[in-house]
Amino acid sequence: MALTAVFFYLFATLAVASAAMVIVAKNPVHAVLFLILVFFNAAGLFVLLNAEFLAMLLVIVYVGAVAVLFLFVVMMLDVDFAELRAGFIKNAPIGVIVGGVVLAELIALFVARGAGPVTTAVKGSPVPSGVSNTEALGLIIYTKYVFFFQAAGLILLVAMIGAIVLTLQHRKAVRRQSIPVQVARTPANAMAVVKVAPGETGMPAEPKGQG
Amino acid sequence: MTEAATYAPIYPELVLAIGAMALLMFGAFTRETDDNAQLGGWLAIVILAVAAGMILAQPAETVTVFNGAFIVDPFGRFMKLLMLAGSAFAILMSHGYFKRHRALKFELPVLILLGTVGMSMMISAGDFIALYLGVELHSLVSYVLAAIRRDDVRASEAGLKYFVLGALSSGMLLYGASLIYGFTGTTSLAGIAAAIPPGGVPSLGIIIGLVFLLAGMAFKVAAVPFHMWSPDVYEGSPTPITAFFAAAGKVAAVALLTRVVIAGFPNAVAQWQQIIVFAAIGSMLLGAFAAIGQTNLKRLMAYSSIGHVGFMLVGLAAANADGVAGILIYMAIYLAMTLGVFAVILAMRREEGMVEDIYELAGLAQTDLKMAAVLGVLLFSLAGVPPLAGFFAKWYVLAPAVKAGLGWLAIIGVLASVVSAFYYLRIIKIMFFDDPKPAFEKSDAALVFVMGASVIFTLVFVIWPGPSILDAANAAAVTLKF
Amino acid sequence: MNELLMGYLPLVVFIGVALAIGAGLMVAPFLLAVNNPDPEKVSAYECGFNAFDDARMKFDVRFYLVSLLFIIFDLEIAFLFPWAVAFKEIGAFGFWSMMVFLGVLTIGFIYEWRKGALEWD
Repeated sequence: MALTAVFFYLFATLAVASAAMVIVAKNPVHAVLFLILVFFNAAGLFVLLNAEFLAMLLVIVYVGAVAVLFLFVVMMLDVDFAELRAGFIKNAPIGVIVGGVVLAELIALFVARGAGPVTTAVKGSPVPSGVSNTEALGLIIYTKYVFFFQAAGLILLVAMIGAIVLTLQHRKAVRRQSIPVQVARTPANAMAVVKVAPGETGMPAEPKGQG
Repeated sequence: MTEAATYAPIYPELVLAIGAMALLMFGAFTRETDDNAQLGGWLAIVILAVAAGMILAQPAETVTVFNGAFIVDPFGRFMKLLMLAGSAFAILMSHGYFKRHRALKFELPVLILLGTVGMSMMISAGDFIALYLGVELHSLVSYVLAAIRRDDVRASEAGLKYFVLGALSSGMLLYGASLIYGFTGTTSLAGIAAAIPPGGVPSLGIIIGLVFLLAGMAFKVAAVPFHMWSPDVYEGSPTPITAFFAAAGKVAAVALLTRVVIAGFPNAVAQWQQIIVFAAIGSMLLGAFAAIGQTNLKRLMAYSSIGHVGFMLVGLAAANADGVAGILIYMAIYLAMTLGVFAVILAMRREEGMVEDIYELAGLAQTDLKMAAVLGVLLFSLAGVPPLAGFFAKWYVLAPAVKAGLGWLAIIGVLASVVSAFYYLRIIKIMFFDDPKPAFEKSDAALVFVMGASVIFTLVFVIWPGPSILDAANAAAVTLKF
Repeated sequence: MNELLMGYLPLVVFIGVALAIGAGLMVAPFLLAVNNPDPEKVSAYECGFNAFDDARMKFDVRFYLVSLLFIIFDLEIAFLFPWAVAFKEIGAFGFWSMMVFLGVLTIGFIYEWRKGALEWD
């Protein structure tokens, strides 16, 4: 138990410290790298909770994809971050107030937990014993929670359409290579044997074929 | 699998989703011409109509599928029909606008259909996970639609603002939902209702969770103090999309809020009532006073819709079946009036482009009396002048509030409605008594149709379809448990 | 709980070794190498000129589109893991449920292919 506690505090401290660094880091790229560290520590916490699948998801999706997307956006925007940061002090009091309220509520919750007429009769789905976290999820997502699963599929579809509608642009002037056209070419439609009498030009009236 | 037993209640949503995907494929495999895009729009309207027909054909009883995650009851069906009408009219009005701006895309009706599926999930949500997925599906579509004219700076700004603030509100909603889950052990509304014992005060965790949940949903309905996004988004988005937000989006969000608090927290009425009353007062007053200084019609409509949401929240604050029936009636009338006003805004077009300023309406009575009359009637109705529909809308939410002992709230509502009459009447004065500006171009047939339908609904509401809507709303309202 | 940690012992040792080597290699130069910085010596060098502007430049929005499409399919793959693990228990319903999910995303895939979102230019 003590060992678990050691690892818990290690991950938790690192996560909070790197989260703070995300906010204060001068260089936005460093901020993203600290964010990745936060994700890794959160994944560690998930492992301690026996939720290996969620830990893996965090690493694959957040570290592998979302953080990369953040980096792209940072590079794409070309924002003057020094200028942006100038507003930091100005907005800090509001941030502190909002953060303080949320923190106070969390503390109040921690103190009040168990107090009051909480019905403990209604328990959440019990964690099935003898199966791993991944399998436990697999047993319900596709059958009991099929509605949510398909809705998630539709959300991904909307994300796909939205990304294309908002960002896809085709340059009109670019001449693209069309591989099927190239493959389908035969001597018959690409070449013409022209009898050229001496002194005449060999150019046909209309050029045939393309590519 | 027993779960596969029967999915009949969800067929309308299936039709919408499959229809959306079929339209997407239709668009992908045909040439991207304006004609094809418009054909896609008409097909989408047909799909919406088919779904509406299927919802009408559903039996008038409460059915749940997916372990209570999807509830089909008369309340939900009423709201869904309104929502489908809002989506269909938005598509109908979008053709001319986007064609003129050379931004006609076949994705637009597809996105609206998928957003409609999301809104349907919101209206029928009986579980926090379904609620959240529905909200996200609808919100994602809305962000994209707001910025769909991506070369337009204002539209892009609107999309970005909507996205950032929407993400924040989704975060609050999730935080609240997770707290409630933590303290009750369930995400289903029925389970939560059972987990909070009647009488007494629920535990602090549930209360804080409820506050965050309500904050997130207040954002979606644009109620004070979470309204700040709506004027900017309404103004910046393309006008037909604004109509879609103001009509269909509002229906779904209000239905969601109503179902969650009534079905999920029947034993915590005292707790959520305070918040709803606060939001109602704030929204009604802000809608009345902040709109006075606005000269942009779309911005003015945003404040006006904040005010109207305030009135609907008065009905919700009453926390009884009459109040919910009031919300349903209000929603139906608000939908008709809003669509009509947006049709008029879309018809405000000169050679040099669209105009949105109220002073552009100057002397409209002399250049186009019909349009001036339509807008005049709609504005009188929005102000709540009897015997137009808008008066009955206010009546049916304020009366239950008085009966529920919230007479002072109703008085604030009446006062707010008097103040808001000022800016509605100012527009009428500009239209009828100011020196005329150049005439607008001829409006599209679709816009004329929407204006006509809306104004007829508003004028003859007392005779028809008022009574039948009233009956339907009363029958629908009692299906939510009290 | 400790047996859980014991199960991860190789991983802990592995990460520990990686950290030790990485940190060692990063710290060693500070201790061992010659270090004589000078503002002129460490400044950016651009063919004899002073640097014209910031080395950072705007990325094309197309990178963003590609990575976003990647994330979507990444998530789709993530859903396949629990499905594969529990495949034997969830039966035909579970199988078809995943097929529908994949079908929806295939529709999206066809759409983006036809739209030319997978082409660079």
